[in-house]
Amino acid sequence: MTEQQPAEPPPWMCANCNLPLGLSKVDVGYLGNAFPVDLLKCPNCGLVFIPEDLALGKMADVEKQLEDK
Amino acid sequence: MLIEIAKGDFTAALRQYKKTVPFPGIISRICDQPCQDVCKRAEAGDAIAIRNLERACVDIGESSSEKSRPLPKRGGKIAVIGGGVSGLTAAYDLARKGYAVTIIEADSRLGGSLWKVDRDFLPAKTIEDDVNAVIKLGVVIRLNTPINQELHDLRRDFNAIYVAIGAHTVERFDLDQDEYGFVKVDAVTFATSMDGVFAGGGLRWGKEMHSAITSISEGRRAAISIDRYLQKVSLTASRINEGTYPSCLYTNMQGIEPHPVIDANDHQQGYEWNEAIQEAKRCLQCECMECVKACEYLKQFERYPKRYVREIYNNLSIVKGTRHANTFINSCSLCGLCGEICPEHLDMASVNLTARREMVEQNRMPPSAFDFALRDMQFSNSDKFELARNRPGTDMSDTVFFPGCQLSASSPDHVESVYAYLNNHLTDSRVGLMLGCCGAPANWAGQSALFESTLAAWRTQLQAMGNPKVILPCSSCYQVFKNHMPGVEIVSLWEIYDQCGLPAFAGTVEPANCAIAIHDPCTTRYETSIQDSVRRIVQRMGYQIEELPLSRERTECCSYGGLMWLSNRELAHKVIQRRVAASQADYVTYCAMCRDFFASHGKRALHLLDLIYNRDTPGVSEIPGASAQTTDERAARRGPGYSQRHENRARLKRKLLKTIWGEEMDGAQAYESIRLIIADEVRVKLEQRLILTEDIQRVIEYAERTGRRLLNQGTGHTLAYFKPTSVTYWVEYLRQADGFAIYNAYSHRMEVPGSGQLS
Repeated sequence: MTEQQPAEPPPWMCANCNLPLGLSKVDVGYLGNAFPVDLLKCPNCGLVFIPEDLALGKMADVEKQLEDK
Repeated sequence: MLIEIAKGDFTAALRQYKKTVPFPGIISRICDQPCQDVCKRAEAGDAIAIRNLERACVDIGESSSEKSRPLPKRGGKIAVIGGGVSGLTAAYDLARKGYAVTIIEADSRLGGSLWKVDRDFLPAKTIEDDVNAVIKLGVVIRLNTPINQELHDLRRDFNAIYVAIGAHTVERFDLDQDEYGFVKVDAVTFATSMDGVFAGGGLRWGKEMHSAITSISEGRRAAISIDRYLQKVSLTASRINEGTYPSCLYTNMQGIEPHPVIDANDHQQGYEWNEAIQEAKRCLQCECMECVKACEYLKQFERYPKRYVREIYNNLSIVKGTRHANTFINSCSLCGLCGEICPEHLDMASVNLTARREMVEQNRMPPSAFDFALRDMQFSNSDKFELARNRPGTDMSDTVFFPGCQLSASSPDHVESVYAYLNNHLTDSRVGLMLGCCGAPANWAGQSALFESTLAAWRTQLQAMGNPKVILPCSSCYQVFKNHMPGVEIVSLWEIYDQCGLPAFAGTVEPANCAIAIHDPCTTRYETSIQDSVRRIVQRMGYQIEELPLSRERTECCSYGGLMWLSNRELAHKVIQRRVAASQADYVTYCAMCRDFFASHGKRALHLLDLIYNRDTPGVSEIPGASAQTTDERAARRGPGYSQRHENRARLKRKLLKTIWGEEMDGAQAYESIRLIIADEVRVKLEQRLILTEDIQRVIEYAERTGRRLLNQGTGHTLAYFKPTSVTYWVEYLRQADGFAIYNAYSHRMEVPGSGQLS
């Protein structure tokens, strides 16, 4: 699963570390499967950002596919 | 084939015909049409003129020039004694399978009794053309060769023999005969008393019962036996429905206009193409589809139960690959209407429920299918709602009121009213109260272990209360108790009202609308007594009952059954729309979910308790639980959202504990005190996304406690995520003086780092 991040990164920053988020490979998993995905993430504490359209679009599709495998 | 003829495509029809019969030219002219005796068209006109239509295919359709590819040669020499239609058929089929076949014919030509048919009707060329097809396959023909030896001896030269010497000979060889002198033949395999020797066709029947098509059929079936015999596999396995057999196919003849058979203008020449088309159009194309016509779900997936059952079986057998039937299996409401309608009582509910259990067992049930409902059930059976109490001042119960989870969620006021009624009316009975979920969602979701443990907990509880009789307003609970808790005495609340009388005020107000349509919940399908009680109650209150076209044992599900509403929300929407369109009248039902689902689609619908505790009646406002809504308002009201349903249950428990037992509930979780400010449009979104207030509270509690939050520098909003159990929830919010304003929330099941506990 790959996800094109928008050219303008959303204005979210990590409130805990007071740092801007940066693109980074993050492992997401479901039902015993894991994929590295490029996501915005806090370089310090690792908090990630999953945008709404990713959660309800591509992620939901992949969940369904894996559930039917 | 008739579909193609009706379309005017005689070539396609001929291709189809040739796939089925070995000698199209001959059969289409001499078939004795035994199928006409059972043709359904005869009930509305005349039986289909099938032979004439077959002949039209042969005469008009263009024969494809492609040659059938010879199969690899197989070991095994076969003798066919007799070159009539039966022997020719067996020779044709066996040669096509790759066997070395020899036809031994006493006469000087092949065809046997075909040569006795009127030449105008069956021209010599037709016989020769079809017979040549056999010769072309490489079959060895020995003409003028009467058998002058015992079959026993002939067997030494051949691995198997088919005896098809027709009805016109008395030769019986060294084979056992029956009391009438016919060769003894097994009715399924056509085996004779001699190993490797089979017999069929006219010799079995004599001249009196000659049927060319039966002789051909027997030749074909004997060939199957010979093939199996030579391959040394069972002659008898899987041979049901060979030859003619009574079909269980039901064809609904309602509304079918009678049409007489189309006569050929020239009988000698047979049908002209337009005559054939007209005749083919008379064919009813028999198919049952009665259940599919009645069920939106079976219609939605565009097939019919025979196919569905096969697909379910395949789905359960897949080791690796996509399980395409998961959605189908999980979308059924398990309502049983198909089984009621089916002339053969094939019930997809039991097929689908078994499949769901199997999927859970195999660890193949998609978690998203029923998870939300199972968590709802978990909530109902947690401290938040679950309760079991004897009446104050007693330590045993004779009866116990079990309102179930959804009536309590939808109309908690009614639960209070009913409990007060029961205590007032069942004067010689100590009436206890039990709150919780019966376990039906676990059963519907195929979660057998969870269902069993839920039942066990209720059994223990009932035992502790002295095994009281359980009073049930919900028919889903009723079925769970009836079918899964043998030994527990149950009664429907509606039978109690029917027998013990309604509260004094019920029915004292003139009904606003005269006629009201009763919707029977699908879980009362075979509960005639409950259905009768409900009708008597409604009549007693002065309403005229309109019966819906599908009611009682043919009632339709509202989409709550089987958790269809959750596993296939798009389909559920169609199911509800179809049901609410059945009548213009207001509906009255006796299931909280039916009512709320109908109301969610703009249908005016009342729960029976809305009628009984008619708030328009003076004095009713004094009774426990009384709400301010008029009956008119109640008919139009939308049911509470998912979060509100939790809240209603929790409040009901708290209120009853306090007012009846004088108890306070124990302390709440930290997150429950978080106050949310949610605009209506956000609330609608949350409902659609199945995100509960408590899910949002948990995210905020976690984020505020740990500081793990994102901040939007433009709006100042906070975004945080947390995974309480199986779903990760994201909430965008802003802390305000009086609580947290919620701007958005969404969720996913894929696991990402940093989502808090249990990831």
